[in-house]
Amino acid sequence: MNVLIVGCGRVGAWLARLLDADGHQVTVLDTDAYSFRRLRFPGLLNEFKGTALVGNGIDQDTLKKAGIEQADVFIALTQGDNRNIMASQIAKHIFKVPRVICRIYDPLRQELYSNLGIGAISPTAIFADLLKAQLEGKAEK
Amino acid sequence: MYIVVIGGGKVGYYLAKALLGEGHEVLIIEKDAGVCEEINEELGSISLRGDGCEAATLAEAGTERADMLIAVTGDDEDNLVSCQVSKHKFNVPRTIARLKNPQNETLFKMLGIDVTISSTNVILEHIEEEVPTHALTHLLVLEGQEIVEIKIPPEASTVGKAIRDFSLPPDSKLLLIAREKGKNVVPAPNTILAVGDRIIALTTHDTEEKLRDILVGD
Repeated sequence: MNVLIVGCGRVGAWLARLLDADGHQVTVLDTDAYSFRRLRFPGLLNEFKGTALVGNGIDQDTLKKAGIEQADVFIALTQGDNRNIMASQIAKHIFKVPRVICRIYDPLRQELYSNLGIGAISPTAIFADLLKAQLEGKAEK
Repeated sequence: MYIVVIGGGKVGYYLAKALLGEGHEVLIIEKDAGVCEEINEELGSISLRGDGCEAATLAEAGTERADMLIAVTGDDEDNLVSCQVSKHKFNVPRTIARLKNPQNETLFKMLGIDVTISSTNVILEHIEEEVPTHALTHLLVLEGQEIVEIKIPPEASTVGKAIRDFSLPPDSKLLLIAREKGKNVVPAPNTILAVGDRIIALTTHDTEEKLRDILVGD
């Protein structure tokens, strides 16, 4: 798979390294080159061997340079819900990327954009459910 | 009309002031408590502190009865989401978004935002008009097409030639030639171009430069 990830935070970098280790072609985009240090942290994962580019994920020219036209999967993982939403909609509607996944912290917005055809995931709802299940003793140990 | 304005910066403030002056009911949604306080002091209690992208805040603002929502924060992505949430959750009939990056216009239109206003483009167009050496001015941008004005300068190699002598791009059409003292001409194949002619033409973003080159003869 050819994967483009926007946002090289903890999750973005971790996912990039996992996919890279599995042999996928991965490009990571972030506005701050300092974030790319996370791609090299020693420890649990192999060092990232894909492409890391500095640029704004909601700028169409930047996305083109990052190879969005060849991407099979687009994943938006910046810190801003709205930035992720906009980047995903650019990927889906302008560049017709076959698979678009987007992190949206706000569960209400996540619901709305799921209905609009964006693969939206809310870590807030998932994590809260997980905690609740653990506290109520329903989680697998 | 009841109009909800997202963003209480300079644009939001003066917009709300103008709309109030026209007798509309206006509410500004603004994140910053200090800014809200200033607005309330100067314009009356017309601001609500909150995130204009959140459905809960928009519900509190009574967005479901709004006739129009205008998003004028400094971030394109926030303006987009405010408009989309108010359209899809609250059925607001008309949404208007301010744009910083003119490139986003196509996307916003595709996603159902009724009107987009690119401050960058507006400023650029006014500057173009004031720069005499720039032969091409954008008058109106339509969906996929645009109406431009092309001035014929004295040094143009096309002066004295008839329109039939040029092969115009297929997606461009000359609509009118505006001449001094209101002597306007509807372009015909035998119309001769003169210095100072202002040609009003329908064209596209991609061919405007080609059309300009043909008419000015660079």
